[in-house]
Amino acid sequence: MEVFQLLLSGLSQGCVYGLIALGFVMIYKATEMLNFAQGDMMMLGAFVAITFVNLAGLPFFVGFLITLVVMVGFGMGLERTVIRPMIGEPPFAVLMLTIGLGFILRAVAGAIWGSGPRTLDVPFAGSVLEVGGVVLGYENLVVIGGTALLCIALWAFFRYSRIGVAMQAASQNQLAAYYCGVPVKRVTSLVWGISAAISAAAGVLVAPVMLIDPMMGFLGIKAFAAAIVGGFGSLPGAIVGGLLIGVVEQFAGLYLPAGLGEVSAFVILLVMLMARPQGIFASMQQKKV
Amino acid sequence: MRFVLTTHYGQDVNLFRHNGQRFWYALLAVSVVVAPLFLSTFYVGELVLVFIWAIAGIGLMLLVGYTGLVSLGHAAFLALGAYCHAVLLGYGVPFAVSAPVAVAFTALVGALVGIPALRMTGVYLAIATLAFERIVAYGIEHWEPVTGGLRGMSVPQPDFFGVSLADSYVLYYVSLGVLAAGLFAAANLLRSPTGRAFVAVRDSEISAESMGVHLARTKTTAFAVSAAFTGLAGVLLAHRIGYLAPDAFTVQTSIQLLLLVVVGGLGSLHGVVFGAIFVGYLPQVIALARDVLPSAVGQIPGLELGVFGLILALFLVFEPLGLYGRWLKIRSWLSLFPLYRKATHKRQKAYLRTERVQ
Repeated sequence: MEVFQLLLSGLSQGCVYGLIALGFVMIYKATEMLNFAQGDMMMLGAFVAITFVNLAGLPFFVGFLITLVVMVGFGMGLERTVIRPMIGEPPFAVLMLTIGLGFILRAVAGAIWGSGPRTLDVPFAGSVLEVGGVVLGYENLVVIGGTALLCIALWAFFRYSRIGVAMQAASQNQLAAYYCGVPVKRVTSLVWGISAAISAAAGVLVAPVMLIDPMMGFLGIKAFAAAIVGGFGSLPGAIVGGLLIGVVEQFAGLYLPAGLGEVSAFVILLVMLMARPQGIFASMQQKKV
Repeated sequence: MRFVLTTHYGQDVNLFRHNGQRFWYALLAVSVVVAPLFLSTFYVGELVLVFIWAIAGIGLMLLVGYTGLVSLGHAAFLALGAYCHAVLLGYGVPFAVSAPVAVAFTALVGALVGIPALRMTGVYLAIATLAFERIVAYGIEHWEPVTGGLRGMSVPQPDFFGVSLADSYVLYYVSLGVLAAGLFAAANLLRSPTGRAFVAVRDSEISAESMGVHLARTKTTAFAVSAAFTGLAGVLLAHRIGYLAPDAFTVQTSIQLLLLVVVGGLGSLHGVVFGAIFVGYLPQVIALARDVLPSAVGQIPGLELGVFGLILALFLVFEPLGLYGRWLKIRSWLSLFPLYRKATHKRQKAYLRTERVQ
C-alpha cells in the first residue's frame, strides 16, 4: 500500500515537472529557443493566482481562469518586448537572456509579494479519499486530473483548431509556413503566451502540495531533465519524462540514502544522455551533411 | 589608426601587434605590481578575488567564447579544485604537490564530463552540465568525513616557499602571477593548432569536421583545459576564503561565471579581465546602492541577483560583444575621431542555424 501511495505522490509531482517541461518544449519546437525562465513563470503564475484568490477573494476557479488569461498576456508581452529582438542571435545568447529574466522575475516577485512562503487557498486542500486502505490526498488527485484535462485540451487544440495547426506548421518549418500565409510572428507570440499559461497552471496545481515562494522556480531545472528524458521536442515525451522523474524521485527518496532523491533526476538525465541521447520519444535527428 | 606593415609571417602570430601595445601592457603590469604598496589590506583582498574570477573566467571563456560549448556547471569545477586541494593539504601534502594534483584531477573530471558532451549540442550540454553541478554539490554535502558536509571545512594554510598564503599580500602576488601565466598560456593555446580547432568547432562543427578537425578530441580537450583553469582558480579561492562550505559553490556561482564571460565580451581574453572586474566589484556597488536607496527598494530580497539578471539581459540585447566590444568601439571612435561612422560596427543578423532535419 505504501508503494501505491508513493506512486501517487510521485505521479502528481511528475505531472508538475511534465507541465513545465511541456511549456518549454513548446517554445523550443516553435522557435528553437530554450526558455530557462520557465520555472519562474510557474512561480509568477502561482503568485498571480494568490493575488486573485487569497487577496482579492475571488472564487478559486474564477481566479484560476483570470490567472491563465493574465499569464497568456504576460507571455505574449515578454515575447514581443524581449525575445523578438533576439531572433537571429546565437541560441546561447537567448539562453543567457532567459537566465537573466529568471533572476529578474524572482527579484520582482520578491519585491511585490515578499520572500516568505505562502499557501494558496484551494477548496480541496487537506481532504483525503480512502479506497481500500489506500489514502489518497485530493491535492494529488487534482494535480493528476488537472494535468490530464490540460493535456487533452492541448491535444484537441493542436489537432483541430486552425491556429493550433498553424503552430504545428510554423514549428516544423518556419519559412514554408510563412509562404503558406501563416502569420509566424503572431503564432510565435501566442506560443509564448500558451507556454506561460501552462506553467501558470502547473504553479496553481502544485500550490496545495508545496509552499509558494520566489525561489520555487528552481523546480524548472528538474523539468529540463524531464524534457530531455522524454525526448526534447516531443510534447507527450515531456509529460512521460516528467512522470518518470517524479516517480523515481519519490522511490529514491524513500529507499536510497538520504538526499539521493534530490539528485536522482539529474542522475537519470546523465544516464539517459549517455545511453539514449535522443530520449524516449525521439523526435529529432542529428543533422547530417 | 595604426597600420602594421607585415613583412614576415611571424608577425601574424605575435602576441603584441606593435610597440604601442607593448608599452601599454608593460605600464599595466608595473601598475598592478606596485598597486598593493598603496592599497589597504581590504582592497588587496578584493583584487585577489578579481584575479581569481579572471582565472576561472579564462577557463570558461575558452569553452564558451572560443569552442562554443555552453556550461552551466563550472561552479562544480571550482568546487572540485578547491576541495581537492584543501583535502590534500589536510593530509599534510605540501602545496607544491597538492595544487598540481588538484588541477590535474579537475582536468580529468572535465574530460570525463566532456565525453558525453560530445554527442550533445547547445541545449543538451547546458542542462547536462547543470545536472553535473547538482550531483557534485550533492557529493560535497553528503561525503561528510572528507568534505565536512554542510558544516564545511577550514583550509590549512601551508607555507608557500617560506611565506604564508594567509597573508593577503602574498596571495595577491601569487594569484597575479598565476593570472598572468594563465593569460599567456591561453593566448598561446589560441594561436596554436588546437586553439584554431576550437574556433573552427565554434563557428561550424560540420565545416570543422570536413577540414579534418577531430571533433571528439577537440571538444574533450576544450573541456579538460577549461576545467583545469577553473580548478586552478578553485585552489586559489580556497586560500582566499579560508573556509570551504557548499554554499560557496552553487548554480548561482556558475551563472556569475557566465555573466563574467558575457559581460566581458565573448571570444576575447581582454573580456575575461573586464568581466572579472565587473563581477568582482558589482556586489559592492550594489551594497553601496542599498544604503543610498530608500529602504523599501534596498531591502528587496534577491535584489542583487535581480540586478545581475537585468545587466545580463541589457548586455545581451544592446551590446552582445560585451565591455570589450564597447571598448573597441570607443577606441576606433578616438582613432578615427572626426570620421567615425556608426555603421562601422553594425551588427549583422545571422540566420538561425537549426539543429533539426527539415
